[in-house]
Amino acid sequence: MTDVLRQHAEDAFAGELAALAAQDDRPRPARWKLSPWAVATYLLGGELPDGTLITPKYIGPRRVVEVAVTTLATDRALLLLGVPGTAKTWVSEHLAAAVSGDSTLLVQGTAGTPEEAVRYGWNYAQLLTRGPSRDALVPSPLMRAMADGKLARIEELTRIPADVQDGLITILSEKTLPVPELGTETQAVRGFNVIATANDRDRGVNELSSALRRRFNTVVLPLPASLEEEVDIVTRRVNQLGRSLELPELPGGAEEIRRVVTVFRELRAGITADGRTKVKTPSGTLSTAEAISVVTNGLALAAHFGDGVLRAGDVTAGVLGAVVRDPVADRAVWREYVEGVVRERDGWKDFYRAAREEER
Amino acid sequence: MTSDVTLLGIRHHGPGSARAVAAALAQLRPDAVLIEGPPEADGIVGLAAEKDLVPPVALLAHAVDDPSRAAFWPYAEFSPEWVAIRYAVERELPVRFIDLPAAYGFGDALDTGDGRAAGDAPDTDEPAADPVALLAEAAGHDDPERWWEDVIEHRAPGADALVPFAAVAEAMAALREEGLGESRRDLLREAHMRQRIRAARRAGYARIAVVCGAFHVPALAAMPTVAHDRALLAELPKKARTDITWVPWTHRRLSQAAGYGAGVASPGWYHHLFTVEGDPVPHWLARAADLLRAEDHPVSSAHVIEAVRLAHTLAVLRGRPLAGLTETLDAVRAVLCDGSDVALELVRDRLVVGDALGEVPDTAPAVPLQRDITRLQRTLRLKPAATPRDLDLDLRKDTDAARSRLLHRLRLLGVDWGVPARSAVASTGTFRETWRLCWQPEYAVRIAEAAQWGTTVEEAAVAKAIAKATSTARATELAELTALVETCLLAGLPAALPAVMRVLADLAALATDVAHLAGALPALVRALRYGDVRGTDHGALGAAATGLADRICVGLPPACVGLDAESSAAMRGRLDEVHGAIGLLAAGGAEANAAEADAAEADAAEADAEDAAGLAGRWAAALRSLARREPAGGPATGAPGLLRGRAVRLLLDDGRLDSDEAGRRLRLVLSAANAPADAAGWIEGFLAGGGALLLHDPRLLALLDEWLTGVSGEAFTDVLPLLRRTFAGLEAGVRTTIGARVASGPLDAEPLAEPAAGELDRARADAAVPVMALLLGVRPFIPRQAAGRDT
Repeated sequence: MTDVLRQHAEDAFAGELAALAAQDDRPRPARWKLSPWAVATYLLGGELPDGTLITPKYIGPRRVVEVAVTTLATDRALLLLGVPGTAKTWVSEHLAAAVSGDSTLLVQGTAGTPEEAVRYGWNYAQLLTRGPSRDALVPSPLMRAMADGKLARIEELTRIPADVQDGLITILSEKTLPVPELGTETQAVRGFNVIATANDRDRGVNELSSALRRRFNTVVLPLPASLEEEVDIVTRRVNQLGRSLELPELPGGAEEIRRVVTVFRELRAGITADGRTKVKTPSGTLSTAEAISVVTNGLALAAHFGDGVLRAGDVTAGVLGAVVRDPVADRAVWREYVEGVVRERDGWKDFYRAAREEER
Repeated sequence: MTSDVTLLGIRHHGPGSARAVAAALAQLRPDAVLIEGPPEADGIVGLAAEKDLVPPVALLAHAVDDPSRAAFWPYAEFSPEWVAIRYAVERELPVRFIDLPAAYGFGDALDTGDGRAAGDAPDTDEPAADPVALLAEAAGHDDPERWWEDVIEHRAPGADALVPFAAVAEAMAALREEGLGESRRDLLREAHMRQRIRAARRAGYARIAVVCGAFHVPALAAMPTVAHDRALLAELPKKARTDITWVPWTHRRLSQAAGYGAGVASPGWYHHLFTVEGDPVPHWLARAADLLRAEDHPVSSAHVIEAVRLAHTLAVLRGRPLAGLTETLDAVRAVLCDGSDVALELVRDRLVVGDALGEVPDTAPAVPLQRDITRLQRTLRLKPAATPRDLDLDLRKDTDAARSRLLHRLRLLGVDWGVPARSAVASTGTFRETWRLCWQPEYAVRIAEAAQWGTTVEEAAVAKAIAKATSTARATELAELTALVETCLLAGLPAALPAVMRVLADLAALATDVAHLAGALPALVRALRYGDVRGTDHGALGAAATGLADRICVGLPPACVGLDAESSAAMRGRLDEVHGAIGLLAAGGAEANAAEADAAEADAAEADAEDAAGLAGRWAAALRSLARREPAGGPATGAPGLLRGRAVRLLLDDGRLDSDEAGRRLRLVLSAANAPADAAGWIEGFLAGGGALLLHDPRLLALLDEWLTGVSGEAFTDVLPLLRRTFAGLEAGVRTTIGARVASGPLDAEPLAEPAAGELDRARADAAVPVMALLLGVRPFIPRQAAGRDT
């Protein structure tokens, strides 16, 4: 038993990785711990010839994982795109763990990410006492990955300032990182590659230059495919969160969760669940994560201020807040949806009334 | 003499099969080619030699008496049958189609009990259980298409071109032995094929090549006795009289479930596979890059190189011998399209399916649509003539109604033989229509083009209307769509309505511009009324109209904000139209509810009535909210006076506002805080289309009068044209009476202060009179009276 709050993927699933490595007889690219096929199996789950069960790490289309693994095998960098809450970071961590056995070579992209984070920095005490030397150089995770032939991960690539992003271009195309101060360079050895994640909605923050963009193969991680799948995800997460927030268990939750997820899915997709009516799409993301927070919020409302049962009125305020991001356009979208879809729906009268109340 | 029969089992529309057939024919060098297809086509197969016959084309067979009973056999360039046909006609070898004649398919008795008449293409392909799927399953593949591609289509022909056919035949034989459902129809067809093969032998051909679906090969290889086949064929029903011709086809139609079984999902890709030598992937990706560049996606050669690598590596990961369509599209998405499905959809539409359109030479026999038109022209006694003539129709008569429908349908198909004309007999009744008829020679061409839509005028018009509706993608065309709905009703095409209404509802949901919605609603409500008259089912129409009206109610107030003079005038017109339409709609709903009230549960009926009243109520609420808005020029919420005034007037007319309230609003608008120009606009909106109001309620007139006398000189010059326009729009009688009222003295209910006698400067008062007369639109001079107004 470990005291660490959260283990790295390669430690948490060490057993599965070892079993895969032992039975994997397919060709492996240089410095890969597993063959591409075994990496895909590790992510998607399956049963090995000796009966070892591999748990699925990613639940979603097989195609996504296959393209991602293949991209890494062709030494092109991989860009995972998706709205928040689509398991981008999760997938990238597990890919790195399965391919390199090391998911820790990580650069977290922020608006303040400096160039040192993707290239190298200096140990200034060393630099002053002994002058520029290899010892005074502090390599970035990327530089270490190049030297060791491993996968490096860059989180939230589009949040990194454009000038720092540009530093990646040489690394990705020339596979080399010059150190002009020392007159040397670090050349990437086989097995090096980069997995970047970026948020679909944030494209505007620091959009990738086309020069950088074309060094990446892009894989978009989709939102949950079906209502059932999403309701399941929301219910699980709400239960976990509810326990950690010490909210009492409330009745009536399942029905409201289903409704919130239905509303989110319909507005997101621009079409009603029965596929018969189109609706306008608001400007908000309406991700699964937001649905979770709406329901959690509603639970807190019902527990502390309501009658102890999760009712439509407890969630509509949250839904309204998630949907209406732009006060004019989104409000019209929401009202149209309420009048056009919710009003007609059987068994949704309380939700309609609550939504109308909220408008006042 | 002995003759050598080689059976070439194929997959219809399989490019790999087509290559294999080409190679096999080159090796066999047959002197006769037999093809699975309708024997009626033997006579017109020679047309394939003409350069004007460009695939994709289809053989179209139809019953002479009833063109709606028709069947298609489409051929693309990559169809093995087409390869065989071309091989034969180029070398002037005899081609025989050996399938059961299409004529039998048009009899009723041969239906295999699946309820689908021969109006659909007969299932010339696989029986219910797909043999390829079974083979794929046996090989451990879940996707039969992909399995077949891997095993057959992606395999280049080897040294002996006949080997693959032997393998396929063997596999099919194994399947057939297990007895998977050959239908009765299959047995009959195979018996007929055998008979035709025997006939070819008798004719003395030495090397006969037979191109047929792989499924049939085992049945044709084992020849039972002639008597056995004769006995089978004896039970065939009487043949219907049948005509056959070539018609142009498209890749898009090939990709739909038409003709051979399920259709081909990716004709464009197959065409590419068939026409490109060597590795198809790089060439294909280069084409995709070209297409994306043309659509302004930045795609470089480096992208293409990476995409090719990704596609090949994916194929390895998935254990396929060659990168197929799935791998290629995955690569296109990840590398060329930046993961975007939108751009991928473009590639899918243009390249995977493709836009190819076939051509047919003029010498091909006439299409059934032409025959149907000729037949209708005869029965309706409408002779096509080049000299224009007018035709008056009384829709209450059956023949005239049928004529009207024909002309409307032809117009929908692009044959403007009749054009609606202004009636010579001035009549506006809905039962009367006037047409100007003029037959142009080029209509024959148009009809040939329209033949792809169907074999009868009605069928073609329905298909065309649906296609027209589904190709309407933008919300700006909403009004066109509602016009289409109207046309469908006029042309008597209820079958097209559901699809058209569906598109209409979708577009309306996405339309953000209330103006478009408002433009669309009146036609729809008219159609609804018309449908009432004709007794057509209008449930969908009503629902769509109500939905549209609801959306207008929600969107109206914000849409009236920040408009300039011109657009607010346009909006005013729409406001009036929508108001009328919603009035009709709500009234119709209420009637229906009243009728239903007895039958339905009281509760439900009440809810419905509430709903109908609800629409009128919601509209009134929207108008109220509009009327409450700030004047134009105010904050972003400012609505022009014209529209606010109009809203008040509409509410007043509906009795949702009493005249006291209207008076109060008028007073507010006319109070000094408001810009006079805005007030004048308000008055225009308020008075437009009926000024009698001012006569019935003298207080309103007095308010107006008081305001007008109060405005400053400069402001007066500004508002003068507006007021002039407003009053010019009033009825002449009303105008005169108002003039007389104004002239006749104090208007206020309360007595005015005593006119200050002696202070009246007659000369100055006289000078103002012409302006007043002009303003009020009163031409004759105003008799000045002793107690005249003190201006």
